[in-house]
Amino acid sequence: MGKLILSDGTVESLTDPSYFGQILVLTYPLQGNYGVPERKFWESDKIQVKGLIVQNYIDNPSHFESKKTLGGWLKEEGIPALSGIDTRQLTIKLREHGVMLGRIELSSKNKQSLQSSDFKELSIYDPNTENLLPYVSCKEIKVYGTGPSTSLRINKKKNIVLIDCGAKENIVGSLVRRGVKVTCVPWDFDPATAGFDGVLISNGPGDPKKADKTIANVRKLLEKNIPTFGICLGSQILALAAGGETYKLKFGHRGQNQPVMDKTSGRAIITSQNHGFAVDMKSLSKDWEEWFVNLNDGTNEGIRHKSKPFMAMQFHPEASPGPVDAGYLFDKFLSQI
Amino acid sequence: MSNLQKVLVLGSGALKIGEAGEFDYSGSQALKALKEEGIEAVLINPNIATIQTSKDLAKKIYFLPVTPYFVEKVIEKEKPDGIFLSFGGQTALNCGLALDRLGVFKKHKVKVLGSPVRSIEVTEDRELFAKELAKIGVKVPKGGFAKTVDQALKIAGKLSFPVLIRSGFSLGGLGSGVINNKKELIKMVTIALNQAPQIAVEEYLKHWKEIEYEVVRDASGNKITVCNMENLDPLGIHTGESIVVAPSQTMNNYQYHFLRKISLQVIEHLGIVGECNIQFALNPKNNDYRVIEVNARLSRSSALASKATGYSLAYIAAKIGLGYNLPDLKNSVTLSTSAFFEPALDYIVVKIPRWDLQKFVGAHSQIGSEMKSVGEVMAIGRSFPETLQKAIRMLEMGQDGLLGNGIDDTKLLPTTERLFVVAQRFAKGATVESIYKTTGIDPWFLHQIKEIVEFEKSLQSSAVSYQTVSEAKKLGFSDKLLAKALKTTEEKIRTFRKKNKILPKVKHLDTLAGEFPAKTNYLYLTYHGEESEVISDKCTIHSALVLGSGPYRIGSSVEFDWCCVTAAKTLREKGVETVIINCNPETVSTDYDSADKLYFEELTFERVSDIYEIEQGTSLVLGFGGQVPNNLAMPMFRAGYKILGTSLENIDRAEDRNKFSKLLDTLGIEQPAWQSLKNADEAVKFANTIGYPVLIRPSYVLSGSAMNVAYSSRDLKKHLKSASDISSVHPVVISKFVEGAKEIEIDGVGQKGKLVIYAISEHVENAGVHSGDATIVLPPKTLYLETLKRIKDCTKKIVAELSINGPFNIQYLAKDNQILVIELNLRASRSFPFVSKVTGFNFVEMATKVMLREKLSGDFKTLDLDYVGVKAPQFSFSRIKGADPKLRVEMSSTGEVACFGADLQEAYLKALLAVGFKMPKKSIFLSIGGDKNKLDLLVSIKQLAKLGFKIYATEHTSDFLKDEDIKNTRLYKISEKKHPSVLDLLKNGMDLVINISQPGSEKGETDGYIIRRECIDLGIPLVTNLQAAELLVSSLASKKMEDLQIKSWDEYVDN
Repeated sequence: MGKLILSDGTVESLTDPSYFGQILVLTYPLQGNYGVPERKFWESDKIQVKGLIVQNYIDNPSHFESKKTLGGWLKEEGIPALSGIDTRQLTIKLREHGVMLGRIELSSKNKQSLQSSDFKELSIYDPNTENLLPYVSCKEIKVYGTGPSTSLRINKKKNIVLIDCGAKENIVGSLVRRGVKVTCVPWDFDPATAGFDGVLISNGPGDPKKADKTIANVRKLLEKNIPTFGICLGSQILALAAGGETYKLKFGHRGQNQPVMDKTSGRAIITSQNHGFAVDMKSLSKDWEEWFVNLNDGTNEGIRHKSKPFMAMQFHPEASPGPVDAGYLFDKFLSQI
Repeated sequence: MSNLQKVLVLGSGALKIGEAGEFDYSGSQALKALKEEGIEAVLINPNIATIQTSKDLAKKIYFLPVTPYFVEKVIEKEKPDGIFLSFGGQTALNCGLALDRLGVFKKHKVKVLGSPVRSIEVTEDRELFAKELAKIGVKVPKGGFAKTVDQALKIAGKLSFPVLIRSGFSLGGLGSGVINNKKELIKMVTIALNQAPQIAVEEYLKHWKEIEYEVVRDASGNKITVCNMENLDPLGIHTGESIVVAPSQTMNNYQYHFLRKISLQVIEHLGIVGECNIQFALNPKNNDYRVIEVNARLSRSSALASKATGYSLAYIAAKIGLGYNLPDLKNSVTLSTSAFFEPALDYIVVKIPRWDLQKFVGAHSQIGSEMKSVGEVMAIGRSFPETLQKAIRMLEMGQDGLLGNGIDDTKLLPTTERLFVVAQRFAKGATVESIYKTTGIDPWFLHQIKEIVEFEKSLQSSAVSYQTVSEAKKLGFSDKLLAKALKTTEEKIRTFRKKNKILPKVKHLDTLAGEFPAKTNYLYLTYHGEESEVISDKCTIHSALVLGSGPYRIGSSVEFDWCCVTAAKTLREKGVETVIINCNPETVSTDYDSADKLYFEELTFERVSDIYEIEQGTSLVLGFGGQVPNNLAMPMFRAGYKILGTSLENIDRAEDRNKFSKLLDTLGIEQPAWQSLKNADEAVKFANTIGYPVLIRPSYVLSGSAMNVAYSSRDLKKHLKSASDISSVHPVVISKFVEGAKEIEIDGVGQKGKLVIYAISEHVENAGVHSGDATIVLPPKTLYLETLKRIKDCTKKIVAELSINGPFNIQYLAKDNQILVIELNLRASRSFPFVSKVTGFNFVEMATKVMLREKLSGDFKTLDLDYVGVKAPQFSFSRIKGADPKLRVEMSSTGEVACFGADLQEAYLKALLAVGFKMPKKSIFLSIGGDKNKLDLLVSIKQLAKLGFKIYATEHTSDFLKDEDIKNTRLYKISEKKHPSVLDLLKNGMDLVINISQPGSEKGETDGYIIRRECIDLGIPLVTNLQAAELLVSSLASKKMEDLQIKSWDEYVDN
C-alpha cells in the first residue's frame, strides 16, 4: 500500500511506474475533477497502481483536455477503487504505523450478492519482496529525440542513455526538450561499453537492493568516469554502486510539497517526491558530499561526487506531477557532459 | 537576527469596503513577530476597535491618521530605524510610497523592511508592471494606459468592445468596470480619472477563469506558493465579490504548476521580499493565461489563504522583513517542520462575500469588477456541497439552503444573489450547459450545485430515514432545513441523528494533510469522516466556549472581534480552557492561537450544539460577539446549556419589548411612546395619536434594517409598504421620534446587579442618525450635570432590576434635562473597545472576570478626563454606486476610527482626517434646506466667512446669506439648467460641501441627491448633518494642522 499527498496529479501518479504494485490513498478529498486526458499526458502506458482509495469521487469532470472520467478509466483498466473512505483517518493511521500492506475487500453483504465465481480471495501482495524492475522497465531499446539540433546548440552532440527502472515519461521529455538524444534501455542493460555521453538512472519501484544487476552495471560506469545522473531509485542505486548503504524510511516522502535544501548554495526548493527508501550519507566515502537534504526530517535528498560527474537526487526534477522548481538540475547534469 | 531597535508599523485605519478586518489580522501578526524579536514596535492606526491597538502588542500606539503628514511627525518624534508598509493594506502602502517620494525615509534614515519600494512601485503602476513582465516574457492583458479620455478612446479603438477599464493605486478595484460602448467609456473614464491619475483599458477576457496564488519569497531568493485559489465567478467579478474556493478545483496538475512557476518567476523578477498575491486569468478552453495583477503586500486574499491553509503568511512575511530566510523558520502548526513548505490541503475551503446593499438608498445589486461586499465567511469541509451549504448559513442572511428563499430568478446577471438564482434555475430544470453559457461559472461547480438542488427537491417526497438523513448531512443540509422539508422539528431531527449516530466528526486543519502531527487545535467538523481526532489531552476543570461575531457586516465588525479576543485572552489568563467558534477569515479570533481550540465553524444553533456536546462540561460565553451569539441565547437556554453571565430570564426581559417596557414603567424610567403593531392601518392610527415624526422598526434586528423615520401618514404608509414582508413575520414597532434630542450611550459592566464600571458618551449628531454612524465623544462635553446624574441613576436602577452580571449598553435620549431610554443591550456593544481604550479600563476584561465570579471593586475615573476621545464613522459610499450618502436612522458606515485630543475640536479634526477628510483651503459650497437649519447654522457660516473661505451657495441659501451680509457666489441648481451650475463648480474643484436637507421634505431632494453623490464620486469632503457641520466649523476656527498634537496613547491614558 502506498500513499500520496496533494490533490493534483492523479493521472500522473496513477501511471507513474514507481507506484507499481501499490494501493494509492489520495489525501485530497475530491477526485476525478478534471477527468482523464489523452494518452500523451500519462507517465506510462497504463495505470500502475493496484488500487485507488478516495474520499469523494466526482463523476462530472470539467476540463478541456478530459477524454473520460476517472471511474471509467479505472474500470477500463480493471483497477479497483474505493470512495467514501475517511482518507484523513487512513493517512493518520499510516503516519502512526508507517506504510503497511493492504487489501481492498468487498463487504460481506456485497460478497453475498455476487456469484462465488466472480470473486476470489486474494492474498496480500507485498511489492518489496521481489525485484519489480522487470515488470516496469522497457523490454527493448528505444530512441527518442533527434539529438543534436541546429537550433539548440547548447546540448549539441549529447547522447544520453536512460536506464529504465520504470521511468516516468517526462524524464525522457525533459531531456528531449533540451535537444538531447535519449536511448532508453532495459533495467539490466550494461551501457558502459556502448559509447554514450552520459547515463541517467531513472526512478522506479521497490527496494533498491533488489536491483542488483543495475547496481553492478552502474559500478562499471563509475569506474569509467562516465557522467551519471540518478533520479529517486536511481539515486539509491548510484549510492549502492558507490559502496554506500540505503535504508527504509519510517515515513516515506510522498507528494508534491517536499522542501529540500541545496547544501552547496543554501537555497531551498519545493520538490515532487515518491520514495520509501533513502541513502545513508554516513555510509558513503569522503569523495561524496551531501547535495540535498529534506527540510522537514533532515534525511538525504541528493548526493554528489566531489570531483567526478556523478550526481543524483531523491526527488523528481521532471515533476509531473509536482512543482517544476528542480528542472534546472537537468541543465546542470548536461553541462557536465 | 537584525540589529533593528525600533520599527514603525502602519495600520490601515478604519474598516472600509475593500480594506477591512484582514489588516487587523496581518498587523497583529507583524507586531507579534516584532515582539518575539525584542524589537520595540510603534504602531500608527486610528482604528480603535482593532486587536492590534490593544495594550500588549505594540510598545507605543498612535491613534492618528495614516497619512504622510502624521506619519512623518511620528517618525520625527520616535526616530524608528525600520518601517513596515505592507501590513496595513493599500492605505499604508500608498502612504509609504508618498513618504518615500518625499524623501522622508532617507532624511530620517528609516529602512523600509520587506519588499523594496521600487518593487512596490512596479506592482502599483500598471504601465511599469506590464513593461517589467514583458521583459521576462510573461503575458499581461492586451491594452494600454490612458491619462486622458482621448487616450482611452484611442486604446479602446484598437481593441474591440466590450473592454475593461481598471485603475491603479486603488483598493478593491475602485473605478473599474466592463465597458460596452463608447458612451459608457467616456463616462466611466471621467469618473475613474478623478480618483486616479491613470487607468488601464484592456481586452475583456470574458468567462476566463480567475486564479490566485499567494507567494512568499525571502531576501535570498527562496520562494514558495502557499495557497492557490479559484474564483467560482469568472473574470470580471472582483475577487472580493466572488465565491472563492481553495485549493483550485478545475485546473489539472500541469496548469497548477505552470501558473505556479510563473508566480515564482514574477516574484523573483520583481524582487518581492515577504508576501505577495498574484492573480491570473486562465482560458478555460486552452492553457492561455494573463497575469492580472500583483499585490506586493498582505491582502484580503492572503488573510483568506492564511486561514485556509493554516500557514501564518503575515507572521512569516514579517520575519522575512526582519531578515530571516524561509528555511530558518518553523511551521507554526507542527512546530517541528520547516516554514519552507507548501501546505497540503485535505479539505476544501469556500469563501462567500457578504453584502449589505439593502442598507443603502439607491444602490444596485449587480456585482462586477468593483468591490461592494462588506464582509465574508469561510467554510471548511470535505465535499463541495457540504462546504458550500455551511458557508451559506454562515452568512447570517436568513438563508438556510439554496432554495426556498423567494429570490427573483428572472435575471441571471451577476448580482449579490446570483448563487441562489442559479439554484432556482436548476430547480426549474435548467441544464448545466445553459447556465454555463450565460454565467461562465465552470460546469464543475454547476454540476455540484445542481446535485444539491436535486437532493433538496427530492426531500419533499422523502421521510425521515437513516439513508436520507445521512446523505443529506454529507451534502451539507441543516437539521432545520431537513425538518422543514420532512415536516418535523429541528429537535426531532437532532434526536434522530444522535440515536442513529449520524454525527459530525472533528478534524484538524494541520497544513500537511495529516502527514505530521499538529501541535495546535485548528478544527472543523465534517460528515465525511469515520472518526473524530483526539483534540487535546489537556485536562482542565473549567472550559468556556466563546462565540464570535460571524461575517463582518454593517453594524457588526472588528469591534466584536476585539471583544471576543479580549474575552478569550482573559479566560486563558484565568486558567480556563478556551474555545472559540467563528467563521470569518478576516479576524484575529480565528487565529489558531487566540484560544486553546478554534472551531472554524458556523454560529448556528445546530453547530454550536454539536460543539457544546463534543466539548463536554463547557460553558457558553455569548456576550461578546454582538447580535449573532446574542440571538442564540434563548434557544441555548431552553436547550439547557450552561451560559455564563447575566441570567437568561433577565436577558429575555431586556430583549422582549413588552417586558422591557413594563420594567421601565415599574422603575419610573421614561421611554418614547411606542407600540407593536400587526398591520398598516393600526400603525397609521397609532402614529396619528402620538404625532409625527415616528420611527418605524422591526423587532430583533441589529442596526435596524428597514428602519425609517416617517414625517407624515403618507410617508409612513410608503415605508410600511417597503417593509411589508418583514412586518408580516414580525410586527412593526412604531415609536415617537423625538426631534432635536441628544443621544447618549452608557457602556458598562454589572456584577450581580451592582454597577461596577460605566462610561458615558455623547453623540455629536442629534437623534436620527444611527448610533453606528454617529460621531461619539467621551467624556461628554455638552451635557448638563443634571442629565449625567439622571442617566447614572437610571442605569443603576436597570442594572439592579435585571441583576446584570456582565457587559451592557444603554442608549438614552436627552432633551431639556429629560431623559428617555431607547435601547438596552445585555451584551458588549459596538463602543466597548472605544470606551475601554479611551478610559484606560478594559471593560471586556472586567466583564469576563465578572462572569467568572471574580469580585471586582474600585473607583474608575471615566467622566473627568483631561483629554477627549472622539469616535468618527468611516463611510464607503464611493464603492456603492448610486447610494445616497445622507445620514439616516439606518446604519451605513463600514468602520470607525477614534482619536485623542486636548479638547473636542482637536480630537474631532484628527478623527475626521483619519477617515479621509481633507482640510479645506479655499472654497466651500453650502446648500442648506429649511429656514430653521439656515438660522441654526448662521453663526458657523459667519465664522467660515471670517476664516477667509470663498463661499458658494444655491438660490435660497445664497439669498439668505446676502440678507445676512455674508459675501457669497450664487450657483445655479442642476434643475435650473443654467451655468455656472453646482456641478460645474464641483468638477472644477471644491474643498468642502455642506449639504443639509430639510427632514421630511422631498422638495429639492433630487438636486440634493445629485450634489451629494457628485461629492462622493469626485472625492470632495461632504457634511450632511447640522451638528457635525457646527462642530467642524468650530474646529476649523480653533485649530490648524500644526496644532494637532502628536501624542501616543500612553501619553493620554496612563492606567
